[in-house]
Amino acid sequence: MEFAELIKTPRVDNVVLHRPFYPAVEGTLCLTGHHLILSSRRQDDAEELWLLHSNIDSIEKRFVGSLGTIIIKCKDLRIIQLDIPGMEECLNIASSIEALSTLDSVTLMYPFFYRPMFEVVEDGWRSFLPEQEFELLSSLTDEWRLSCINKEFSVCPSYPAVVIVPKSVDDEALRKVAAFRHGGRFPVLSYYHKKNGMVMMRSSQPLTGTNGRRCKEDEKLINATLRAGKRGYIIDTRSLNVAQQARAKGGGFEQEAHYPQWRRIHKSIERFNILQESLIKLVEACNDQSHNMDRWLSKLEASNWLTHIKEILTAACLAAQCIDREGASVLVHGTEGTDSTLQVTSLAQIILDPRCRTIRGFESLVVREWLQAGHPFQQRCAQSAYSNSKQKWEAPVFLLFLDCVWQILRQFPCSFEFNEHFLIMLFEHAYASQFGTFLGNNENERSKLKLQTKTLSLWSWVNRPQELNKYKNPLFEANSLVIWPSVAPQSLQLWEGVFLRWNRSSKFLDEAYEEMVTLIEYNKQLKAKVNALRRQLAELETDDGMQENH
Amino acid sequence: RPHLILQVENVKLLDRYTNRKAANGTLYLTATHLIYVDASAEVRKETWILHHHISTVEKLPLTTAGCPLLIHCKNFHVAHFVIGQERDCHEVYTSLLKLSQPVKPEDLYAFSYNPKMSKDNREIGWKLIDLKVDYQRMGIPNDYWEITDANKDYEVCNTYPPEIVVPKAASKATVMGSSRFRSRGRIPVLSYLYKENNAAVCRCSQPLSGFNARCLEDEQMLQAIREANPGSPFMYVVDTRPKLNAMANRAAGKGYENEDNYDNIRFKFIGIENIHVMRNSLQKLLEVCEAKSPSMSDFLTGLENSGWLRHIKAVMDAGVFLAKAVKDEKASVLVHCSDGWDRTAQVCSLASLLLDPFYRTFKGFMILIEKEWIAMGHKFSHRCGHLDGDPKEISPVFTQFIECVWQLMQQFPCAFEFNERFLLEIHDHVYSCQFGNFLGTCHKEREDLKIFEKTHSLWPFLLQKKQEFRNPLYRGFTAYKELQPNTLPFSFQFWCGMYNRFDKGMHPKQCVLDHLLNCMSQKTKLEDNASELENKLPFLDGPLLTEACSLPKLGSAPSKTPMLNTPQDYDGDPPAVLTNGTVEEDIDVTSDVDQKNKENQSKHQDLCNLKATVGVLDSEAVDVKPEHH
Repeated sequence: MEFAELIKTPRVDNVVLHRPFYPAVEGTLCLTGHHLILSSRRQDDAEELWLLHSNIDSIEKRFVGSLGTIIIKCKDLRIIQLDIPGMEECLNIASSIEALSTLDSVTLMYPFFYRPMFEVVEDGWRSFLPEQEFELLSSLTDEWRLSCINKEFSVCPSYPAVVIVPKSVDDEALRKVAAFRHGGRFPVLSYYHKKNGMVMMRSSQPLTGTNGRRCKEDEKLINATLRAGKRGYIIDTRSLNVAQQARAKGGGFEQEAHYPQWRRIHKSIERFNILQESLIKLVEACNDQSHNMDRWLSKLEASNWLTHIKEILTAACLAAQCIDREGASVLVHGTEGTDSTLQVTSLAQIILDPRCRTIRGFESLVVREWLQAGHPFQQRCAQSAYSNSKQKWEAPVFLLFLDCVWQILRQFPCSFEFNEHFLIMLFEHAYASQFGTFLGNNENERSKLKLQTKTLSLWSWVNRPQELNKYKNPLFEANSLVIWPSVAPQSLQLWEGVFLRWNRSSKFLDEAYEEMVTLIEYNKQLKAKVNALRRQLAELETDDGMQENH
Repeated sequence: RPHLILQVENVKLLDRYTNRKAANGTLYLTATHLIYVDASAEVRKETWILHHHISTVEKLPLTTAGCPLLIHCKNFHVAHFVIGQERDCHEVYTSLLKLSQPVKPEDLYAFSYNPKMSKDNREIGWKLIDLKVDYQRMGIPNDYWEITDANKDYEVCNTYPPEIVVPKAASKATVMGSSRFRSRGRIPVLSYLYKENNAAVCRCSQPLSGFNARCLEDEQMLQAIREANPGSPFMYVVDTRPKLNAMANRAAGKGYENEDNYDNIRFKFIGIENIHVMRNSLQKLLEVCEAKSPSMSDFLTGLENSGWLRHIKAVMDAGVFLAKAVKDEKASVLVHCSDGWDRTAQVCSLASLLLDPFYRTFKGFMILIEKEWIAMGHKFSHRCGHLDGDPKEISPVFTQFIECVWQLMQQFPCAFEFNERFLLEIHDHVYSCQFGNFLGTCHKEREDLKIFEKTHSLWPFLLQKKQEFRNPLYRGFTAYKELQPNTLPFSFQFWCGMYNRFDKGMHPKQCVLDHLLNCMSQKTKLEDNASELENKLPFLDGPLLTEACSLPKLGSAPSKTPMLNTPQDYDGDPPAVLTNGTVEEDIDVTSDVDQKNKENQSKHQDLCNLKATVGVLDSEAVDVKPEHH
């Protein structure tokens, strides 16, 4: 297919662009296969708009006489407006954008066409390999092994080719366990807590069904992670009720009788369309500037967004608490084990493991616990807050995770190497990107799409020093402790950086950030200077001393 | 040394938010403080509560553990004690009732507070804030405005200060005539003059207009104010009450200005609710803040139902309206509510803060409070319930103003010389009655109480602690002129640092402010070091200069902020799976306690000398411990 077929009118003059924080500007609108471009032909770049079609969530058109208006709502929550003279041009542009922003073939997406304007120093596709992760683990314990049982993606289509499992369980047993778990997602290692050797595993629900089917290999596998005489915790991210209902559809949960060494705790986290609706309501509330205070608070409450944040954080804290405070191993799962499970396991690691609070460590966490773990990004992030599609598989699961990280970052502002912009950047790229990182739903799909050779990794770009600087937290001081966030409602806030980003100017907050950076940088330079001077002085003194000794 | 009134052993202090075992210790009552010493802690841990800070004391139903005593403080501290013996509990209860609300003004802390300061220094302290200097800064007296002593014998108005600023064109007869037409004689006077365009903010009380009364002198007074701003053909008259309230007042012979009777005024209502609505709103807010493990929904619904942020927004909106009228429309504004000492004070002081960067400095903010609140007769004594009196007079009017300032700080983090702690400290002292500034209801009453002779002023005390109250991100006096805050509802945040201030578990565990303040003090040291070293280097001519080696190791200077960090009760409803055996290994106990002690003792610090350093004060305070009989 040629993009030209979809572009009915490639270019319109005298288009007026309205967008947040800039005065309206008139210019020429151009459509390419992947971008909507508005150029005012002025010297300064601020008057240019480059918008990825894949960033467009929905469009609306209106006409007043022959003047058409297209309102474009983006996945990054921005809303822009184009006034287009001529009804035909306007209709053409609108239908072209609509077609180009909803291409159904992944290989037509921009990452397959994007050519980098920078030199790739480190190939991000090879930055975070499971083998490296395992090597790290091997230096701490020899109780685990790398299994290649899934190298054809046949045992579990949503798992990566290699996974980390208990050494004492062989591949044959794994195959049986996979048959007993939803989607073949048998329990695998998610996190090893260096401090006490406890582990966190994740899986999907066991397929116990109504007649209480059991699987000895499954029991053996998870028991293999327990120390003698110790108990473990299973954190089920569904309410007991939902878990019980799942049995009717062949799913279920671990029966106490078959897993006597495990204590099951249900921590309900919402899924799918409930989350999507929550996002839609929240963004609607943030965008409506006609609200009075009561209406704003009531809409904020009714969106339930912060309720979800609180639930997810609470479950993650509980998992972390079991591991660190109770000295127990933990298994986390919900139904499929690709959404709320990953929220809990990844947030628990941020709480427990200082490495995950560094930039590299966080990237590695996103790769391990989200991309390789098979969170279906393509399905979940197909649409954002302005979508009307109401597809069951669309849900802001990853955005909720990022929001939770932001909440922890806000409570521990000195414990993270990255800043808020880093999280916002990840949010943007998860929904629309020139990089291939978030394409596909799992490693299986990614390997079929040959993303590693045909597209560029986000990490190749982000991890260049000049880019990284933007994302460094000036307050960072490595903190090796476990960080326990508060989940009291008073401690949780609306993430303004994402949800109010286009609704209020951040000028004064940006200035404050700059001021902070300047103060801290200046201090660092001063320290360096004082140290250098002192060294100089000491050298001169020893020189003099030596001369004297002669 | 504090005199010990009562000592009770075997008292527990419950902690509302953590699973920690309740502390067990001793409770002491002195003439000024309730002091609780935790005996079970490894490090001595003290909780100090000033009697004047106590707003309510409740005895709860007896439990197996003992007799619970719940204390609510005006600075939103909530302490839940359990006392072993019923008899002891009752004694503490009755003593606190008496101590927390004295009947006679002479019994207030300020009259016994003795920081051993010389008489001269005390007087210097009171002279630190001179309102005349501020009027001079505005260019007054000038062609249009004058400072008059017409009120030196309180003939015009007994709740105004002796010196007031009125239009030059207003004759004595006009002033006296207008005063008879304004509730309690509170005539229109100048609050702030915006020098750039001569537009002024003026304030007064409601006119005694009833349904159709008018007063020539009052009309002349307003005309004089309007004409003092020749650049504008009109002036605004803003009634900060809801229209319905103002209309109801007409039946009582009060009311609002009739546009037909005054030349070229634009009359406008801005609906800020009255003190009773505000008191109830705060009460509801505090119930939400105190709820034990509320859901997100409970909290947000409670926040909404309290109406608190709606009221904060209303006050802010009014301040913004004034500032815009003055700056953008170049029009003078006359503001009043009923008596012109609550809403009017809020709105006028906010407008000044928005218009003039001076009021965002330490000195300026002190002047602003002295000018718009203290001098103009905001009834601190009644609104704060300093003395045993009518509970219906109590209202968080000043708290709302302080919160509005905090909300501005959130939007403009570099625009204020001071930080959040400065606001909290002022708020504490409005209730503490430790200093004379906020005693009584007006200037005359403070004179009668002889506070200038018998008590100390708060401001020098605060200036001494400037280092901890400054804003490290302040970009200086000239960085921002007028502020134009966003007043959309989402711009207002719940102020956890105020209303849940003592629930440390809810606050960010690492404090950016501390970190940056640390940077600031390091910066000064480093700069000194650098220049010292630079001076040394060229003159170095032998190995004798050993000083260089004794310099502190700055490269590794710790700038750690103590982290109060333990898990909360994340487990919620399923029966306590994880409550037993939680070892608190990560918690930095010593720094936690140090911090607490410092906080408590700072309230008890003695101000010896204006020039004394904070360090000296700290060591002084350590000695002040309750005496055991």
